[in-house]
Amino acid sequence: MNYADLLRVTLPETVLEVTALIVLIIDLGLLRGRALRLRVVAATLLGMFGCGVALMTIPLQAQGGLNFPGSDQLLLAAGGSTTVAQVGILALTVLTLLLMFDSTFTRNVGEFVAVTLMAATGGLLIAAAQDLLVIFIGLELLSLGLYILTAFAKKSAKSAEAAMKYYLFGGMSAAFLLFGFSYLYGVTGSTNLHQIMQAMYGSNAIHAAPLLYVALVMIAAGLGFKVAAVPFHFWAPDTYEGAPAPAAAFIASVSKVASFALLISIGTAALHAFGDAHVVRFVVAIQADRTPRFIGFATPWSFALTILAVASMVLGNLAALAQSSVRRLLAYSAIAHAGYILLALAYFSRTPASAQAVLYYILTYGLTTIGAFGVVGAVERASGSDQMEAFAGLHRRNPVLAAILLVLFLSLAGIPPLVGFWAKFNLFAAVLGVSKGVVPFALVALALAMSAVSLYYYLQVLKRAYVTPALDNSKIEVHPVTLTALIFIALWVVMMGVFPAILQEWMQSFYAPM
Amino acid sequence: MLAWTIYLSFAGALLEALLPKDKPALARWSALAVALAGLILAAVGFAAGLGHGRVVIADVPWVPSMGIRFTLAADGISLVLVLLTGLAAVAGVLFSWNIELRTNEFFAFYLALIGGVYGVFLSSDLFLLFVFYEIAIVPKYFLISIWGSTRREYGAMKLALYSFVGSAMVLIGLLAAYTSSGSRSTGLVQLAHAGLSVGFQMWAFPLVFVGFGILAGMWPFHTWAPTGHVAAPTAASMLLAGVVMKLGAYGCLRVAMGLFPHGMDPWGFSYLGIGSWRDVFALLAVIGIVYGALVALVQSDFKFVIGYSSVSHMGFVLLGLMTLNQIGMTGAVLQMFSHGIIAGLLFAIVGRIVYERTHTRQLAELEGMHLSKRLPFAAWAFVIAGVASMGLPGFSGFVAEFQVLVGSWSAKPWWTGAAGVGIVVGVAYTWRAMQLAFFSDTHSAVHIHEHGHELAAITWPEVAGVSMLVAVSLAVGLYPKILLDAIEPAVRAMLAGGGQ
Repeated sequence: MNYADLLRVTLPETVLEVTALIVLIIDLGLLRGRALRLRVVAATLLGMFGCGVALMTIPLQAQGGLNFPGSDQLLLAAGGSTTVAQVGILALTVLTLLLMFDSTFTRNVGEFVAVTLMAATGGLLIAAAQDLLVIFIGLELLSLGLYILTAFAKKSAKSAEAAMKYYLFGGMSAAFLLFGFSYLYGVTGSTNLHQIMQAMYGSNAIHAAPLLYVALVMIAAGLGFKVAAVPFHFWAPDTYEGAPAPAAAFIASVSKVASFALLISIGTAALHAFGDAHVVRFVVAIQADRTPRFIGFATPWSFALTILAVASMVLGNLAALAQSSVRRLLAYSAIAHAGYILLALAYFSRTPASAQAVLYYILTYGLTTIGAFGVVGAVERASGSDQMEAFAGLHRRNPVLAAILLVLFLSLAGIPPLVGFWAKFNLFAAVLGVSKGVVPFALVALALAMSAVSLYYYLQVLKRAYVTPALDNSKIEVHPVTLTALIFIALWVVMMGVFPAILQEWMQSFYAPM
Repeated sequence: MLAWTIYLSFAGALLEALLPKDKPALARWSALAVALAGLILAAVGFAAGLGHGRVVIADVPWVPSMGIRFTLAADGISLVLVLLTGLAAVAGVLFSWNIELRTNEFFAFYLALIGGVYGVFLSSDLFLLFVFYEIAIVPKYFLISIWGSTRREYGAMKLALYSFVGSAMVLIGLLAAYTSSGSRSTGLVQLAHAGLSVGFQMWAFPLVFVGFGILAGMWPFHTWAPTGHVAAPTAASMLLAGVVMKLGAYGCLRVAMGLFPHGMDPWGFSYLGIGSWRDVFALLAVIGIVYGALVALVQSDFKFVIGYSSVSHMGFVLLGLMTLNQIGMTGAVLQMFSHGIIAGLLFAIVGRIVYERTHTRQLAELEGMHLSKRLPFAAWAFVIAGVASMGLPGFSGFVAEFQVLVGSWSAKPWWTGAAGVGIVVGVAYTWRAMQLAFFSDTHSAVHIHEHGHELAAITWPEVAGVSMLVAVSLAVGLYPKILLDAIEPAVRAMLAGGGQ
């Protein structure tokens, strides 16, 4: 390996880092003392430009990724689900930056944009990483950025409180993750996912099975925090509530895409790592001929994820019912959506079908949720609150915003023909495609029952927007750029729902060369 | 050409949403134009499709990687229900002529609902059918919660959640059938021939049947129906009773019975004469018939009487389906059409013609108003609708319910006996409501004093709507062959196997 090879694989990351520095130089150096308006435009446009260039460098990435020096072990992957996730991260970062035009929470726009770009770099690294150390560095880079972004509204006590909670939980979960990684390294003697996988087939690893399970549980806990899975979700509602709208949108979309891309990498490795020796089985009944009847999970990993998935979708959806703050509602709904996705990761297929379904879900979810936070941010700025009552009469105060909210929330609820429905269908079809046993059927049935519950709380917000009369009839103004971005998002949610093949075929095009 | 009923309705919905907000007349007339165009397309399509069996209207790949196709097809059953939708849509616009609040939004949601309904009846791909089925949920919620009356937000939410739970059950069945068939196709025809195992059909059938049955008002999942109907604005309750409940029954017929026919096989044991899912659902249907009628008998709110009568009449549809014989199923489809027309008419009279003038639906208050003298048009319209609803010969309801009963007699006589009780009670509650609301001679000084002012005159859209619905019910009652020619071959084809 030389630096030229490294550069060829990490081109998008490099471009983003350089852009972050340029943004800082221009904002702090050239535009110091200029009007805030100008600085917002300059920093945001530069950031978007950087993301655009990074997107264009993706086809130039070295095919097949980068190997560990002197071996054939992959260090950073490229192509396939990695590329899909990276393109998604960059595109969603652009949309997040567009929300900046409508935001007034800070005067330090340069720093905000720069930190956003650096966090996105972390996301890109995570999506590509195939080595425990790179994974950890990428996660820390992303997380540190997110803590800062959360705390960015310096005038708001909530923002500081949310950041502190987020930071403490994050530090703790990073420790868990590192602990799990160290066991994994100790048992298998490697930090490379693929080598770990091979080592686990060896007899030594089998004998160390208890340690391995501890490692997997620790890793599940660490990653469960990143995707806000129950019971590692406590930071999410506070963070979603306290963070400035663009930061919350970033946490809900880009960070989730990166984390799930990582779970896909680990899931692929874990799937191949376990032989039949590791099937987790429970006796559910004794049959007439006195032989026990089992329900089984393919691997301990899949069992751990199933528990997280069930807890997340049940608790997320039920807790969301009780929320009066729309941001907290979105947080709990994010937990529920993470639960659905974890189900597909628990029943992960050896073909790309599951990875594609997960990416499809998280990318479209990210897109939708950025739009949702855009609308929430605009309403909040006009009414000073994110309570449901602030949405009353939105259809009069800004019909366009109300229509966008309608489309996005119905998509989150999974109503066809919007994209959220296809994402769910894809996901659950992937689960049932892996296993047709009673357990996956029951789990999918539970997920669908829970998504029926979710319609209630999404309709609660929409009811305020369309049915309840407004408290004050003043118009809500949205910056035209942000409004255009929101309309664009809503149109894509409809378009991809009516023509679901668009995104699917685009994603498959990255798998074709592999 | 029939496909244009769908596109036109959705285009109309979009147009209404974009119309200027301060021109309600424009919104009304354009909605009427769209609904009329849909009716004309439906009628021409009906005439053209007669005797051609199942005709594929459109068939293009939709999601190629998953084998989902945009397939629209129509057989006799679809044609009849599309025609019903066209009639109900026009009638609904006519009876919404007095909507002043957010008129264009009202018609936007209204036409979106109509488009979804047309779509369900014409879909020949399970997936597409499901998509249209769910599209219909959201407009219902807003129609009721914005323009509704008594406990509208409660009724709207209840309806939306019941529908969504039902469709979640259907979605489980859909996913299961899709992943189990291995055919990589969601076409109704392909799935019916996919050779799904009997064991699979045994659990998929009740799941999907109940999922759709919820919307068909199947007892004991019917409770959304009375509250939803009562809360809804007139046009929405006309559509709810007229066509939306038929979506459920149609789904039971086309999807549950069409794809999983072995789900109705005997279990191999029986308890109290119940030996298969078919017996279970037939029993629920009979309970629905009797229960709906008995509850309608004691209601004090005029609209609740009609709401519960819908549960009772939809019981006949489900009972007819469960007979699994030619005459009973033909009767079930005819009953869908007939009840769509008659329930629409009843809701129009109670919700629009009477309530909008008297501002009460309490039978006790209506009693003192002498409506037969003050609103003779309403009284006579209700008499006609009422006798049609009781199943008097000459009206469509008679032919339909008679066929269902004949069908169920040859399948299981005791079902017929119990359903017969429902008919008798049906006469009683209709008579009671008619007597109390219109022809009572009670003199109550309070009411005369309170409601002594002149009631507004009947308007032309009301006359047009009532005349149209009465004419259709009479025409079908006197000459049912118009519809039977379409329904019978389609039912025969379904019974002959292949499900479709």
